[in-house]
Amino acid sequence: MQGRHLLAAIALATSLALGACGVGGDEGGSGPRAINWYAFNEPGGSYQMAVDDCNKQANGRYTINYVKLPNIADQQRELLVRRLAAEDDDIDVMALDVIWTAEFAEAGWIKPWEGERQSMAEEGKLEGPLETVRYQDQIWAIPFTSNTQLLWYRKDRVDPPPDDFTWDEMIDQAAENGTAIEIQGAQYEGLVVWINALVAGAGGEFVNEDGETQVDESAVRAAEIESKLATEAAPPGLSTNREDEARIGFESGRSDYQINYTFIYPSAEAIEGFQDKIGWARYPRTVKDQPSRPPLGGFNLAVSEFSNNPDLAFEAAECLANEDHQALAAELGGLPPTTESVYEDEKVTKAFPFADMLRESIDSAGPRPVTPAYSDISLAIQKTFHPPDGVDPDGIEEKLRDRIDKAGQGEIF
Amino acid sequence: MEAATTSTRTAPPPKKKRTTDRAKAERKLAWLLCAPAVIAMLVVTGYPIGYAFYLSLQKFDLRFPDDKEFVGLSNYADVLSSTTWWSDLGTTLIITVISVSVELVLGMLIALVMHRAIFGRGPVRAAILIPYGIVTVVAAFAWRYAFDPTSGFVPGLPLVPDDYAPLTNKEGSLFIIILAEVWKTTPFMALLLLAGLALVPDELHEAAKVDGATTFQRFFRITLPLMRPAILVALLFRTLDAFRIFDNIFIIQPGGALGTESVSILGYNILINRVNLGLGSAVSILIFICVILIALLFVKGLGTSTAQQRGET
Repeated sequence: MQGRHLLAAIALATSLALGACGVGGDEGGSGPRAINWYAFNEPGGSYQMAVDDCNKQANGRYTINYVKLPNIADQQRELLVRRLAAEDDDIDVMALDVIWTAEFAEAGWIKPWEGERQSMAEEGKLEGPLETVRYQDQIWAIPFTSNTQLLWYRKDRVDPPPDDFTWDEMIDQAAENGTAIEIQGAQYEGLVVWINALVAGAGGEFVNEDGETQVDESAVRAAEIESKLATEAAPPGLSTNREDEARIGFESGRSDYQINYTFIYPSAEAIEGFQDKIGWARYPRTVKDQPSRPPLGGFNLAVSEFSNNPDLAFEAAECLANEDHQALAAELGGLPPTTESVYEDEKVTKAFPFADMLRESIDSAGPRPVTPAYSDISLAIQKTFHPPDGVDPDGIEEKLRDRIDKAGQGEIF
Repeated sequence: MEAATTSTRTAPPPKKKRTTDRAKAERKLAWLLCAPAVIAMLVVTGYPIGYAFYLSLQKFDLRFPDDKEFVGLSNYADVLSSTTWWSDLGTTLIITVISVSVELVLGMLIALVMHRAIFGRGPVRAAILIPYGIVTVVAAFAWRYAFDPTSGFVPGLPLVPDDYAPLTNKEGSLFIIILAEVWKTTPFMALLLLAGLALVPDELHEAAKVDGATTFQRFFRITLPLMRPAILVALLFRTLDAFRIFDNIFIIQPGGALGTESVSILGYNILINRVNLGLGSAVSILIFICVILIALLFVKGLGTSTAQQRGET
């Protein structure tokens, strides 16, 4: 008797396993084709709502499966890269961080958006996000959500910063008040975001359009500001602080200024009356006479080279990234839109009282280097500019140039 | 471990004899019986190592598949001529030497306690083993959060300065990483040493006591020499583990920041982050060679010590 039960259990388990395999199969048949969308697990639920909405609109031609990736960008990239390098056809559409476009395009993992699709992807988009999908005169993804950092300050403690507010002035002000400046100083991508904004604000870059190393005086200027902040207005744990530590530090009242993404604003609601004390301004200037170049983040949607249904995948990506879904992502996920007109949407103006400042910042942002070796170069920048209190502006130019050269050539650094 | 060491000690010295037909047949059978295990080992360890070596001779970046070419040993030259590899190796050795030495001393004390515990032997042993049963990543997070300068509880403890933030500098970070490593793996060391302690016959201690030997003399003249094989095995296992340290650093100081990068973290950064398979495989093979060297060193020490005990030298 027992033997028979065991056999039955094994048979059941096997059929379940086989059945599970069958779900993913989308070859032939008359039912809707499955389109797998790999994207991070948006906690507000807006991505899931966009998926449901698109599936309804598709009217049975395709069904999007939302495959959830981890929330940390590095981990998303690891998972995607491993699958794509193995030419996995399970991915149809994926959400790419703005810094991955060149890498994925160069490797031949994503399809370009050509002809009508190109104009569809570009239509009505802000210039900053558009720059992140361009590589070698082609468009490789459709801009979906964006992100940027603002300067947040305590209205009850300091004067509203003037338009030409510089980092030096901010650090002096904080030092005078005996408070700190909250910033991301840990060794990770967030540090690159800061350093890149400082360098771009001085008119510099790390890598030029031809992929050549381009290190100049601006890197020295960036190191001077970083080092000055670390010695005169550093919060505790600056060298390990990320976005959330900065938020907590600002909420604790130890600082008058904070450089961070927009999520800190809804989060401040948890503290009675704190939101009313928060003011916002544009990212501070690196040099007095040049407008700042705020950081640029966000996600673009790309179609995999190995997709079995590329036409439907393009269609699904277009639907997922449309104006309605951008507004949803802004309202529920706090993710700024990439289409200019969406900033007029009531949902968006309600979610972001600072919507105008956001649009201005995103439109004039300084993107991070567009190069297929971005991950290597990012590591090189992290190693050179960390820890903030150990950075020596003398000789940083040479050190950085050497590391970026090695990074670009696939050498160890 | 206990069984293995006992058998080496009690095995009769090999005698030279002409192999009979029966012995030949038995040897053949032995090979046949071992074959499945040997084949399985070749497939699951031999193939990946061979493939990694093959990759390490190529210029091969997953992002630039067209640029793949055979470059001989140039990846190795690149790694070995870089300051990064040597400073990471230095960091790894610092962590290995300090943590293994501390573990040996603490592990020995704990083993003695477990060995001599008169009442509650079970609960004592179980309590001591708890850290070893906790997932390393979870334990590492606990340590990181405890010392976090913003939200950790340690800076708030009495006698600890309020601005104590070890994780914001290199020395402090290495200290916490070693602390986490010691906390986590001392029980393992203690367990191996306990097995060795059980081998020391009580009669010897009693005889020494009658002759007037002090406790210290008995420990250093009787217990330690007899335990030598067990100590060497414990050190071998722990040194190999500590040299390949990855998870504690990965969590406590992500990315090997602040100069805490170990060779394994370096390999990870190149292989998984930069997807540079050629260069990364060269780093992996170099780590593998280091591990073999460490193992050889210990196995040689182990060989001489067991030979000494059998009176062969």
